[in-house]
Amino acid sequence: MKITTALKAVTTAGAFALMMSTAASAVTLQMHNGGDPGSLDPHKVSGDWENRVVGDYIEGLVTEDAGGNPIAGQAESWEISEDGTVYTFKLRDEAMWTDGTPVTAHDFVFAFQRLFDPATASDYAYLQYPIKNSAAINSGEITDFDQLGVKALDDKTVEITLEAATPFFLDALTHYTAFPVPKHLVEEHGDAWIEMENIAANGPYKIVEWLPGSYVRSEKNEDYYDAENVQIDEVYYHVLEDQAAALNRYRAGEFDILTDFPSDQYAWMQENIPGETHVEPFLGVYYYVINQEVEPFDDVRVREALSISILREVIGPDILGTGEIPAYGWVPPGTGNYVEEAYMPEWANMPYEERVARATELMTEAGYGPDNPLDLTLRYNTNDNHQRIAVAIAAMWEPIGVNVELFNSEVAVHYDALRAGDFQVGRAGWLLDYNDPSNTLDLLKTGIEQEGTMNWGNNYGRYSNEEFDALMADAATELDLEARGQILADAEAIAMDEFGAIPIYWYVSKNVVKPYISGFEDNAKDVHRTRWLSKTEE
Amino acid sequence: MLSYAFRRVLSAIPIALIAVTVCFFILRLAPGGPFDGERALPPNVLANLRAHYNLDQPLINQYFIYVWRLLHGDLGPSMVIEGFSVSRLIAIGFPFTLTLALTAFVIATAIGVLAGMFAAVNQNKWPDYVLVLLVMVGVIIPNFLMAALLQLWFGVYLGWFPAGGWVTGSWMHLVLPVTVLAWPHAGRISRLMRGSMIEVLGSNYVRTARAKGLGERIVMARHAIKPALIPVVSYLGPGLSYLLTGSLAVEQVFGLPGIGKYFVTAALNRDYGIVLGTTILYMFIILALNLIVDLVYAWLDPKVRYR
Repeated sequence: MKITTALKAVTTAGAFALMMSTAASAVTLQMHNGGDPGSLDPHKVSGDWENRVVGDYIEGLVTEDAGGNPIAGQAESWEISEDGTVYTFKLRDEAMWTDGTPVTAHDFVFAFQRLFDPATASDYAYLQYPIKNSAAINSGEITDFDQLGVKALDDKTVEITLEAATPFFLDALTHYTAFPVPKHLVEEHGDAWIEMENIAANGPYKIVEWLPGSYVRSEKNEDYYDAENVQIDEVYYHVLEDQAAALNRYRAGEFDILTDFPSDQYAWMQENIPGETHVEPFLGVYYYVINQEVEPFDDVRVREALSISILREVIGPDILGTGEIPAYGWVPPGTGNYVEEAYMPEWANMPYEERVARATELMTEAGYGPDNPLDLTLRYNTNDNHQRIAVAIAAMWEPIGVNVELFNSEVAVHYDALRAGDFQVGRAGWLLDYNDPSNTLDLLKTGIEQEGTMNWGNNYGRYSNEEFDALMADAATELDLEARGQILADAEAIAMDEFGAIPIYWYVSKNVVKPYISGFEDNAKDVHRTRWLSKTEE
Repeated sequence: MLSYAFRRVLSAIPIALIAVTVCFFILRLAPGGPFDGERALPPNVLANLRAHYNLDQPLINQYFIYVWRLLHGDLGPSMVIEGFSVSRLIAIGFPFTLTLALTAFVIATAIGVLAGMFAAVNQNKWPDYVLVLLVMVGVIIPNFLMAALLQLWFGVYLGWFPAGGWVTGSWMHLVLPVTVLAWPHAGRISRLMRGSMIEVLGSNYVRTARAKGLGERIVMARHAIKPALIPVVSYLGPGLSYLLTGSLAVEQVFGLPGIGKYFVTAALNRDYGIVLGTTILYMFIILALNLIVDLVYAWLDPKVRYR
């Protein structure tokens, strides 16, 4: 008996050692990913922390290279018609779902129909509205899904017809709203196709485990067409919203990549882990909206005074400590399909004292002064950084005769109030969904009247200018990219000269990457697909 | 005592129903809804989502739908975490939270009782003072700060324990979180134990026991400990529920898969299903713990009798 027991122990230990050695040779990436995914279904997600997971396991017609630029994905090639409205994609023969079913054009047709089906209630379906009849199907006007501009010419050919030429369409196709879903699985399981026992992948990774509150784990998909060049065998996307705790775990060697860090630690990090922090311009604008439906904010003089008296240069470096870039316009630097020269108002170059003097003058003209200060409520969603900025800006407004009351509430309540127009001045932010100036400029278009009420969408401040709207309409049909860029720039100048909103800074992406990780290329979209990364040694 | 226990369980039903009702309506009074995020949803999309979760119906109908489902053991879907029912989220997270809380509870209670006795016997000598200091540190430092400090010292600087995360079956990952949870709990128990022990040691029946020549050890074991435990026991129920609900900060900092964080984040996200589900769960736990404590009283104190 004793011998058998001993033998058992030895074999067990041996098997265990063998397992350990295979485990040791597999390369595991430990990625800090922030929040818990709300879903794994590409039609139901909406955050960058979901994009990291979903974009690793599903691939669209086009995908991103290491620098975030669109390259061939499930489609090996495509042709664009001369008028720019018809795209014909040829799928790869080897494109396959992990359950062994080939990826076909029908998966894409099915996916786009599902995306626009009002019953799917996809948050971001509007990103693919350039596709013919998509908006009408999404709003329920057209109920025949076959009228959608996405067709399967044969099993491996997808034809997409657009409403009008759209210069950023290939870039839009890299977005998860354009991802295919496995038709056969969704038809069989419905929304439960993303459960671990049903899910299938066509991207470089497949999801194998999801422990809500802790991590999502994916393994390399050996059937992926480019699998031989994929270096990382296993990825953990760790759920951890506490940034200080995430930094601690990074320092303890438990994370290889941090996707965010506490701003107040930036100076320390530059000193102690030099070269590991990646702070880069990122397509997004942090701004204050002014409710132009209420007095006195309908007065452009008041808006101008509020805007020019903000000293933006101190906010990034001093108040946040991460060096966010001051914003004077509405389209972030680095945005594609745009003019060379960014919008820059004259007052931006005036000495700050002169700007304050001018602002005080404007306030006096508008009927406010030291004896009759303007009382305003500044709303922001509860967050240390928003609060610090709000306090600083309130202090900058005080000398021009503005009394600020700060009001904070959690995100849901905050945006509810902004949408309802129940605010005077409020904090907002916009990260670009695709790399095109129209994505931010659309925020300032006049709302649409629906069933007797105005739907202002994300134009919280209710800025409205006919000339601006006309230019935006022109730009949507202009085929010449250079001319279109100029029209959009003219529109930007109109809205900014009227202080339709107060831009404060351009966002930066804040990644921290261990020196032994290579293939991490900084880019304005802040997209870093795991397939491009590799891990040398620790 | 059995019929007493039975009556207590029965009386929990109306209490539970009232709590669910109050919770349901208070939650709806809060402004904002589960689908209000940074970006406006197209109106038709929002309408579909609301219809999917029955949010388009009159509130009173929604209430009856909820209660009807609840009676069938269905806590409904989560509105924010797609594809997970509330019951499933609780089924995944609660065993973890329970493991964490019970481990901390057992360790803290044992340490607290022993330390309290030790301090009482060494009243106003240096071990007593050292203990007071340790207790103060545990009680004064809020647990999110304690968690961050321990993570930094033992996870980053010394590297003795993992700085966070969860690997099934790994007790090493539990050491820091359990320490953070157990410390203040042990501190409070040791203070209670010390106080009541000093009182008991000065009482007449202990003096009598000593007078009839019993050794100090037997006096402690047979006569002093049991009565001295009564205030500790009355604290154990609330103490455990405090550990169960107080795991939020610990779970957040160490990235653990428990349900503590749903309790807070779901409320902020207006995820009505999860808020109600976790509230109901905690309510039952607290009701059950109170019952158990009451029953243990009877065993400890002959003067307590139930009708």
